[in-house]
Amino acid sequence: MGVFEKVKSIVVDQLGVDEDDVTLETSFEELNADSLDIVELIMALEEEFDLDIPDEEAEKIRTVGDAVKYIKENQ
Amino acid sequence: MLLNESVAIVTGAARGLGRAIALELAAGGAQVVVNYAGSEAKALQVVHEIEAAGGRGMAVQADVSLAGDVDRLVKTAQDACGKVDILVNNAGIARDNLILRMKEGDWDAVLATNLKGVFLCTKAVAKGMLKRRAGVIVNIASVVGISGNAGQANYAAAKAGVIGLTKSVAKELAPRGIRVNAVAPGYILTDMTDILPDEVKNGIAQTIPLGRVGEPRDVAKAVAFLASPDAAYITGQTLCVDGGMEM
Ligand SMILES: NC(=O)c1ccc[n+]([C@@H]2O[C@H](COP(=O)([O-])OP(=O)(O)OC[C@H]3O[C@@H](n4cnc5c(N)ncnc54)[C@H](O)[C@@H]3O)[C@@H](O)[C@H]2O)c1
Repeated sequence: MGVFEKVKSIVVDQLGVDEDDVTLETSFEELNADSLDIVELIMALEEEFDLDIPDEEAEKIRTVGDAVKYIKENQ
Repeated sequence: MLLNESVAIVTGAARGLGRAIALELAAGGAQVVVNYAGSEAKALQVVHEIEAAGGRGMAVQADVSLAGDVDRLVKTAQDACGKVDILVNNAGIARDNLILRMKEGDWDAVLATNLKGVFLCTKAVAKGMLKRRAGVIVNIASVVGISGNAGQANYAAAKAGVIGLTKSVAKELAPRGIRVNAVAPGYILTDMTDILPDEVKNGIAQTIPLGRVGEPRDVAKAVAFLASPDAAYITGQTLCVDGGMEM
């Protein structure tokens, strides 16, 4: 599975949204994620990709594409 | 038993209220991590008492005012017990003095243990609780945090801070099924209060509506209730256990 597919499945799982609604351009806000949802999502991504995302970086991750890009650059 | 299968961390549990709380939670069926700062022998004694009564416990050293120590405490508990369901932030110190005589160091030390310690421990357990969509935190505040007290500006400020922290975290974590409450003891007989002169102690007892000072068990029972599923619909509250001092 590619990074995007993995991120997508975590987003679907964490936010309880439809797979078809998740594209690289989709922002978490559009998916009705509140701030706590986003913190949890970041935690789940850290676990899946064995990363430690600093808070300053996490704040910049607003879309699915941002997450995929960050993961690819830091893996 | 109400707390069966649950794992609890009680900070500063080698003596006083923490010890009574640890024993009470263990009696309720919880596996208890007895945190201590320096007194290993006393902490181990608490663990022995828990085990003698048929419960399970372990002692872990950590200074709650240090982030590294707190992370190690929580990790040790999670590794050994699989999870943390209950956190009781009990560790606390007092460095009383009139404001004009209060040293900056006394202010800093009390805020570091009594307020920052609660923040650090809460943050450290919250991650696991969020994931499991369950957890209970009980913070030991003080009636002094509500009423103020001459000679305790640092302590009262820290305890008032604990009450504000309790409400804020309760609001943040409520959507994930995590409850956060505070217990505000009044005047309870422990080493912390034993240092007061006898006339002061007697004077205080006379001002307590229920006519006696409290015992650690009075506080432990309230903590065990808030930690249990019996309190499932209670969050963000500060429960005074003070014989009626604060009303
Ligand atoms: N006794 C009372 O009347 C009373 C009243 C209101 C609130 N309280 C609060 O109840 C709590 C327990 O008080 P107590 O009367 O049992 O006092 P105590 O002094 O007997 O026990 C406090 C425990 O906390 C531990 N501790 C101190 N600093 C620590 C640190 N940095 N890291 C880890 N552990 C640390 C101590 O070693 C001790 O075992 C405190 O938060 C206190 O402020 C007590």
